[in-house]
Amino acid sequence: MTEVASGLQVQLHYQRGDFALNVDISVPPRGITALFGPSGAGKTTCLRAIAGLDPDIEGRIVFAGDVWQDSSTRRLVPAHRRRIGYVFQEASLFPHLSVSGNLDYGRRRAGRNLPVDREAWLERFGVNHLLARKVDRLSGGERQRVAIVRALLSDPVLLLLDEPLSALDASARSELLGYLEQLHAELAVPTIYVSHAIDEVARLADHLVVMDAGSVLSQGSLQATLARGELPLAMSDQLGVAIEGQVVAQDPVDHLIELAFEGGRLWLPQRAERVGDRLRCRISARDVALSTGAPAAGSSALNVLEAVVVGMMDAAHPSQCIVRLDVHGTVLLASITRRSLRTLALAPGSRVWAQVKATALGT
Amino acid sequence: MAGLSAEDWAAFALTMRLAVTVTVLLLLLGTPLAWWLARGRTAWRRPVSALVTLPLVLPPTVLGFYLLLLLGPQGAGGRLTTALGLGTLPFTFAGLVVASMLYSLPFVVQPLQNAFEAIGQRPFDVAANLGAGPLDRFFSVALPLAWPGFLTAAVLGFAHTVGEFGVVLMIGGNIPGQTRVLSMRIYDHVEASEYLQAHALSLYLLAFSFAALLAMHLLRPRRLMAHD
Repeated sequence: MTEVASGLQVQLHYQRGDFALNVDISVPPRGITALFGPSGAGKTTCLRAIAGLDPDIEGRIVFAGDVWQDSSTRRLVPAHRRRIGYVFQEASLFPHLSVSGNLDYGRRRAGRNLPVDREAWLERFGVNHLLARKVDRLSGGERQRVAIVRALLSDPVLLLLDEPLSALDASARSELLGYLEQLHAELAVPTIYVSHAIDEVARLADHLVVMDAGSVLSQGSLQATLARGELPLAMSDQLGVAIEGQVVAQDPVDHLIELAFEGGRLWLPQRAERVGDRLRCRISARDVALSTGAPAAGSSALNVLEAVVVGMMDAAHPSQCIVRLDVHGTVLLASITRRSLRTLALAPGSRVWAQVKATALGT
Repeated sequence: MAGLSAEDWAAFALTMRLAVTVTVLLLLLGTPLAWWLARGRTAWRRPVSALVTLPLVLPPTVLGFYLLLLLGPQGAGGRLTTALGLGTLPFTFAGLVVASMLYSLPFVVQPLQNAFEAIGQRPFDVAANLGAGPLDRFFSVALPLAWPGFLTAAVLGFAHTVGEFGVVLMIGGNIPGQTRVLSMRIYDHVEASEYLQAHALSLYLLAFSFAALLAMHLLRPRRLMAHD
């Protein structure tokens, strides 16, 4: 068997009670790969195995050509030799150390002449003023930021983030999302991000692994995987696609921006974006309505895209179905009722107009 | 101090020497044992755990009796110590140390084991991912987080050794300067109807035990709150 020389290959087999895990995951050497799925899907179990924290899990884990685990040859590189930065769901700072003691714990053990710029990371995550504090004097968001910087300072080759936002309140969550987005832009280290919130995933991830009940439903690039529409049934209300494009115009009077993407153009509510910015936006399947005639005057819909029906899928509720559309090369998903499907007589090849409500992602 | 004779003072000094020796040795030996009991993964943990706690329920005289047989000239332990040129241990200070260590073992191991267990797995996982090997994790995570347990273990081990009687009676005898500890001395005074002297020693022992436990309780909760 030939190894892919870079990236992370993970094959795991594990059975405990009625939970079975059987996965084969491939993580590219760059960017953020999201492990997405409902709780109980086995996401954290995968992460612990990758980190070497659960040696009972059988399988084979290869990172950048290094075999970290191979149950067939009983090879197992212990966790402390894998150089992994692991950020847990709730920040696990050492209670007996100050913030700076925590930050330097991994850094001191990484030895060598670290290429990591301590000051720069402290600055970037705004933890400079916290250094002398005791960890129980930090807010939830501050703890998580310290935990992330602590992981970064240990000069990891792989970063694992296990739902780092889930224990935070809404404002701390959106603040940390901003930090993570910035991290994404500046960090060369491959990152695995576990989440069950599609908005986080769509905003941060480049690659997506969809998991359910211990197996992988679908994996690949974020856009392609979302467009495949293969989410666990319990999460089908989160179906939708992510579209990337460039801001080409703005309307300061109506506070709108126009995004140009491969399949056309969309008007979005303006936030801080400017003309020329790259922007990712999410179009939830629920926010797409279909009509067979060209839009008449008098519709409130701002964005109407001409599309061709490619196929249909079942939705979670029997009254609904998911229609897959092709908009000049870009896939769009629409959730409509089965009755509408029948009334409009939609079939693969049908020409439709999709009325779209899009929301930009990011700050 | 009033009311104490030279012999009382000798018993006091011997008791302190015994308790310090036993506490130090027990902390050294009990720490790896407690660590293994708290975090080991073998099936042996439970029987060993039961064995360690046995002195809690066993009458001290029973423990002393078996030790006497084991360490005596005819016992396996006695033959071993004789072969090593150490002579036999009963009725010596060394014998008293060995017996007291067994007797006080659960009082040191249990708090340590509880403290190690209370840390949970997470801090060790974090430390491992930050590059700390097993020994490093023990010293940089387990020891500092378990220190209230060490305090409890030391105080309980010390106080319990000071207060023992039955084991001393069986294996130590009552040799002045060798094995005549405070509890024996009090017993002597009572036997000789010297109630005043018995009172003085007993009061000192009572005050000492209370002070030790009070110190432990004063030091503990603050630290636990800081853990949050």
